[in-house]
Amino acid sequence: MGDMPILAGIPARNKWEGRESLIPLLQEVQSQFHYLPEDVLRAISRRFQVPLRDIVHVATFYNCFSLEPRGHHQVKVCLGTACHVRGAQRILDRILRELGMAACGTTRDYAFTVEPVRCLGCCALAPIMRVDQRTYGHLQQSKVPKVLQHYRSLVEVAA
Amino acid sequence: MSAAPGRIATLSHLRQAASRGRKRLLPSQPKILVGLGSCGLATGAEEVFQAISEEMTDLKLPYKVAATGCIGWCCQEPLVDVQFPGTPRVTYGRMDPHKARDLVRGLPGGDLKSKWAVGVLTGYENPVTGTRLRYSKHSARVDGVRRYEEIPLFQHQVRWAARNCGVIDPTSLDEYIARGYLALYKALTAMQPREVIAELDHSGLRGRGGAGFPTGKKWEMVAQQKATPKYVICNADEGDPGAYMNRTLLESDPHSVLEGMIIGGYTMGAAEGIVYVREEYPLAVTRIEGALAQAENAGLLGEKIFGTSFGFRIRVVKGAGAFVCGEETALIASVEGRVGEPRQRPPFPAERGLWGKPTCINNVETWADIPPIIMRGGDWYAQVGTKSSKGTKTFCLVGAVRNPALIEVPLGVSLRTIVEDIGGGIPEGRSFKAIQTGGPSGGCIPESLLDLTVDYESLNQAGAIMGSGGMIVMDDSSCMVDIAKYYLGFLADESCGKCFSCREGLKRMLEIVTRITEGQGREDDIALLEDLGWMVREASLCGLGRTAPNPVLSTLRYFRDEYLAHVRDKRCPAKVCRQLIAYEIDPTLCNGCGACVRVCTSEAILGEKKEPHVIDNGRCIKCGACLEVCQPKAILVE
Repeated sequence: MGDMPILAGIPARNKWEGRESLIPLLQEVQSQFHYLPEDVLRAISRRFQVPLRDIVHVATFYNCFSLEPRGHHQVKVCLGTACHVRGAQRILDRILRELGMAACGTTRDYAFTVEPVRCLGCCALAPIMRVDQRTYGHLQQSKVPKVLQHYRSLVEVAA
Repeated sequence: MSAAPGRIATLSHLRQAASRGRKRLLPSQPKILVGLGSCGLATGAEEVFQAISEEMTDLKLPYKVAATGCIGWCCQEPLVDVQFPGTPRVTYGRMDPHKARDLVRGLPGGDLKSKWAVGVLTGYENPVTGTRLRYSKHSARVDGVRRYEEIPLFQHQVRWAARNCGVIDPTSLDEYIARGYLALYKALTAMQPREVIAELDHSGLRGRGGAGFPTGKKWEMVAQQKATPKYVICNADEGDPGAYMNRTLLESDPHSVLEGMIIGGYTMGAAEGIVYVREEYPLAVTRIEGALAQAENAGLLGEKIFGTSFGFRIRVVKGAGAFVCGEETALIASVEGRVGEPRQRPPFPAERGLWGKPTCINNVETWADIPPIIMRGGDWYAQVGTKSSKGTKTFCLVGAVRNPALIEVPLGVSLRTIVEDIGGGIPEGRSFKAIQTGGPSGGCIPESLLDLTVDYESLNQAGAIMGSGGMIVMDDSSCMVDIAKYYLGFLADESCGKCFSCREGLKRMLEIVTRITEGQGREDDIALLEDLGWMVREASLCGLGRTAPNPVLSTLRYFRDEYLAHVRDKRCPAKVCRQLIAYEIDPTLCNGCGACVRVCTSEAILGEKKEPHVIDNGRCIKCGACLEVCQPKAILVE
């Protein structure tokens, strides 16, 4: 039972009721750590008798899971259709340039994770992005640096 | 035996709750409503709500401030409504905290700040009962502000599924009961399951998730199954980019969906329901979970509902971000904790669904359509619509229209009415090019077909589909080859990979379309795309693969010239495809203000202050930042 402390930190709202509890459990791990640490996955595998292979299969199939550590702030740039026709790709490119990144992913200092998402469902406000819980509508490239700076300063305060 | 407080077990309990709800809906003191849906929140509605609350406390005003859902007037968010007893409800658009404080300060003196008012609502029909919620007895005018009935955006709408959106507080069970849960009472106490199914058959209701399977028939199939337990599932995995009808319904009126599901459970003999909702919709998850807890506390879920022998439970399952899980067999796999790969049908989920048991999966909107049909009868519902497509349908009208909005219209209305009247047409200086319906499974419909009526068959014939209700209007600044590339990229990403045709076929199609947009297209690429499209459609298992070529095939059908311009002339007529365009500055228009120089991150713009600038095309990355800031519109894309 050496693995229990790792799992103890995860508030298991639903008790384990077989395979159907796997995805909700992984979602809780993801929301706590912002990624799925390998030792937690191994612990889940041992504890609930689910082959690690099956867990990784699920974890790599669904977009909401990440096997890599993520940044403090999650920047999700909507690339839904309405956003696309209003220049969302250029917004995403601008964010990457501002953060000095060649492609989507996590900044070296783990301040930001930038990723595209397919539709946050606020299409009338296109183009939009969501940073953590907050949604920004009617985006323009010129607004991007200020928004990022705001979150950057939050990271610095925390540090 | 007296029921626990708050329990709704009899008709008189229902009536008491409805009476409490009506008092909240039409209170004796003035009430201010703020639309707190996701779109409202994204435009600052929370700050507006805060400002109003603070101002009212400061002024010690005996007014109520309440949250409501979204009435669908998305282009006017954040929305605030002021409701004085006995007078019409006045809607204010594009509010901010400053304006909101000003508005509150003027109210005691009767100043309604009509300059910010966008509409006046005298009443609102409740399709469940046929009665009207009346804010005002007279159709009073407010300083010439238009009534909702006079606003083209609302004139053509019939809001049946979205009947409570923007009207009630979605977190108040009593307000919902003032307009609902009567159908559940009627079904449970006065109707046999076969009578419910008969009403659905008469209504002609077809699945609102897109495929359009007759709902009555689906329910009958599940009802006839001998195996138990049975399940009902609400498919709220609204993954189509450009569509948010389901999100709005769940956020603004969650109980209407629950009521439909409980009626479904009773009719089909199921004991458990599941709401499968995208995790990208956090507010929808919160609202539906809140509504579930309320319904459980009130005894509308659980054992012996309304004192009958019928018991039913509902739980929420959050999706994990896979578009393919909108497909019913993939959704079931996902609920079971497996990867969302579709399987062969038949057997259909109606026979063998969740855990191999009979399962009825309907879309959010279909469930919300059930209560009015049960209360008013199938014939009442069928009075609206066309021969084969009855009733109303919600759509998200977005993209290049003046009034992006969430609308609900009678089926059979023309696309032209939707785009030009409801949407207000294309913004000035641009012209209509296409309307995309049905998301990644749908197609692009050109101007020549704008008089097409919106029903399942007409849209199919035009190479599009009804889909769940996304409608993206595109003007001449959209490149149709780029749009095809966009959808292919989306689908290639979201393909689950089970079928070779879909997994590899879409990738190859994407490669070909990509090289066309880069000016590397070959003459025979177009025929190759058509061949591949046919192959993907014929050889794939599920709805995703079978419809995936639609965006390419429909644009090839209606916009072949644009493909040819890219292939033969290496030209992008809409000036979108980056490899085929260049930025230039018109020296006669440029005033040398330097705004573009300051925003250019590539140092590609040169020139002295107050002199015409030039763009160094070797450095320019065509990011478009300069276009955004150039006041004299001197930057040209060639």
